[in-house]
Amino acid sequence: MKVGIIDYGVGNLGSIARALESLGVTPVLVDNAMNLHTQDRLILPGVGNFTDCMHLLDKGGWTSALREEVITHNRPLLGICLGMQLLADSSTEGANDAEHGTKGLGLVHGRVMHLSKLGCNFRIPHVGWNSVSSTSGDNHLFQRIPDGTDFYFVHSYVFVAQKNCDVLATTDYGTPVAAAVGNGLVWGTQFHPEKSSRAGIQLLSNFLTGPIC
Amino acid sequence: MLKVRVIPTLLWKQFSLVKGEGFNSWRSVGSVLPAIKLYNQRDVDELILVDITSNKSGNEPDYDSVAEYARECFVPFTVGGGVNDIQHVQKLLRAGADKVCINTSAYQRPELINEIARRHGAQCVVASIDVKKNAGGGWNCYSYSGAHDTSQEVCMWAKELENRGAGEILITSIDKDGKMQGYDLELISAVTSLVNIPVIASGGAGNYEHMIQVIESGASAVAAASIFHFTEQTPAGAKKALSEAGVSVRVGY
Repeated sequence: MKVGIIDYGVGNLGSIARALESLGVTPVLVDNAMNLHTQDRLILPGVGNFTDCMHLLDKGGWTSALREEVITHNRPLLGICLGMQLLADSSTEGANDAEHGTKGLGLVHGRVMHLSKLGCNFRIPHVGWNSVSSTSGDNHLFQRIPDGTDFYFVHSYVFVAQKNCDVLATTDYGTPVAAAVGNGLVWGTQFHPEKSSRAGIQLLSNFLTGPIC
Repeated sequence: MLKVRVIPTLLWKQFSLVKGEGFNSWRSVGSVLPAIKLYNQRDVDELILVDITSNKSGNEPDYDSVAEYARECFVPFTVGGGVNDIQHVQKLLRAGADKVCINTSAYQRPELINEIARRHGAQCVVASIDVKKNAGGGWNCYSYSGAHDTSQEVCMWAKELENRGAGEILITSIDKDGKMQGYDLELISAVTSLVNIPVIASGGAGNYEHMIQVIESGASAVAAASIFHFTEQTPAGAKKALSEAGVSVRVGY
């Protein structure tokens, strides 16, 4: 199986690669959008700022290529942290247009907003290990992971899904926070599975063995 | 619920793992790589690795060694020492660090914090502050591993680092460091009541009770070194004690 990590110029791709290697998979760093179709499964990392990342995705031709792979070819995709937020329709982070926000990939419908706008009055960013509860029992991504397992989070913005059924798991940080979202073969985790020790490795393994079209 | 983190701090000096007292009299306590492997096997919450020589020597971070260490680390890995340029940050993240620790260079060029936060996100900037109590009862910030008094007052400086985009503050009491007599609770309380970002308390842990006290003083995480190097106490033991005291900690998967 060929697993591609999308290398559009940001982030710590090394930890994701090493976590996959520990599962016996040698991932490919895909640094050209033209080569996306050569991979069986895709991972979209992200750190920093939504608007900057979308700018890089647009500039590199990734936005249209990713939408084509996912929508037309049903290629399984996992977005991690900001990579999950990029799946949304829009985000206010770093946006020039504060009202509408910056446009995202639009692969899982929803908006990304700052924690403080959702009624969280805890310390921000939300940093550390927090317990994650799956919203439905038959969720492939969380197979063999007990409800309430801790995963490592580090973020200030939150994915607010348009449809409740797209939220696969939640955590609580003064307000309910989407910990994982999914729509068809597109998934996202707000936490970092690659930094969540054994539970995270199990989740990545679930993604690799998940349904494929 | 968010868990309190127990974070072993690894101080690194010329290939060796060291620990001192009051930022002095360093003792070698082994090698870095085996320590990282062991802490990962034991499923610790997070690791902080600081190269305590690189700022004084003026060297860039040792990316090759960091890459070797990161390969063994499946929990969040913060790396510090000698980071004074956005390019250093980029290279450390590429080498496998998840967060960078900025200390001395923030006094020289505070905008570096803004630059890193903008480019890589606030979550990857851990602003580290080393302090000593001053004659007036407050605390002064020290740079160059405690060698230089910057005359900055700690609360003002912590607030400025937060405003510039730091995602967390790691605060170390030089007075308490290595003494294993407890954290500086007043210091932690003063800083945590002022800033809204998470604060990692460091310097002085000698037993689990000290960790409970500093969490009650407002810290979001406890960092410790001597207690793990020189006693039989362990991160797992610390979490058990914290849990028994009603503090929410992570249980391994």
